[in-house]
Amino acid sequence: MTATVKYDEVEVGQELPAKTYPVERIDLVKYAGASGDFNPIHWNEAFATSVGLPDVIAHGMFTMAQGGRFVTDWVGDPGAVLDYGVRFSSMVVVPNDGGTEIEISGVIEDKLDDNAVVVALTARSGGQKVLTRAKATVRLA
Amino acid sequence: MALNRDFIGRAFPPSEPYEVTRLKIREFADAIGDLNPIYRDPEAAKAAGHPDVIAPPTFPIVISISGASLTDPELGLNYAMVVHGEQRFEYRRPLHAGDLVTAESTIAGIRSIGRNERLDLQTVITTVDGEHVCTAHNVIIERGA
Repeated sequence: MTATVKYDEVEVGQELPAKTYPVERIDLVKYAGASGDFNPIHWNEAFATSVGLPDVIAHGMFTMAQGGRFVTDWVGDPGAVLDYGVRFSSMVVVPNDGGTEIEISGVIEDKLDDNAVVVALTARSGGQKVLTRAKATVRLA
Repeated sequence: MALNRDFIGRAFPPSEPYEVTRLKIREFADAIGDLNPIYRDPEAAKAAGHPDVIAPPTFPIVISISGASLTDPELGLNYAMVVHGEQRFEYRRPLHAGDLVTAESTIAGIRSIGRNERLDLQTVITTVDGEHVCTAHNVIIERGA
């Protein structure tokens, strides 16, 4: 594993700059195909609203994947991720016209042994926190 | 609808072996919009110390989904009302192209939260040679009608 970020150069409290990830319906269709999760709440608006949802919603795992991407883009090597967990606190609603965005930021929450650090993530969409207790443990260089 | 508590502790048999391929990793990386070359280019992956292209951190969901049959009518899960509550992966190492793995899932718990039902599923992903690669913890919520 060859993370490009050095453990000694990272401090608790250090912030990782926010990034914005656009989401459109086509992304959810692609994600359904790639993941095998074809629940129609993620691509069929009539179905989604019939079961009480405001509109089509993104797969939770799609949102989690964007958080993963945020971390692995920072750390350099995706193989450096030791642990990654999230709670899905609100839905990412994806309207037909123009889709939506997920904004993700991070902060170094803790430094552990063996060059590992804990990155706490914040993810927001449509004015809501869509992930809480989102943390990735990564091994730095 | 209340889920059948008899399923608490239910262990499912190991899934059929799943072969992690370069093409599937690329498809998944494309679907999440991630252009990292370590998911796409075997040389870039080797330069980073991996035997072949590796899978994104959330890729094991593809395998863990196959490890449990939550469609058993006896469980009483209404799939249309299911949303994902929590997800966690503990990695021993990244999955890479060429891995042949199986998933073994256990229903760790079922409980009510207000009008919703919460089901905790734990899935251990192991190579067919017995190497533990990843453990996935999955919480699904069945929304109350």
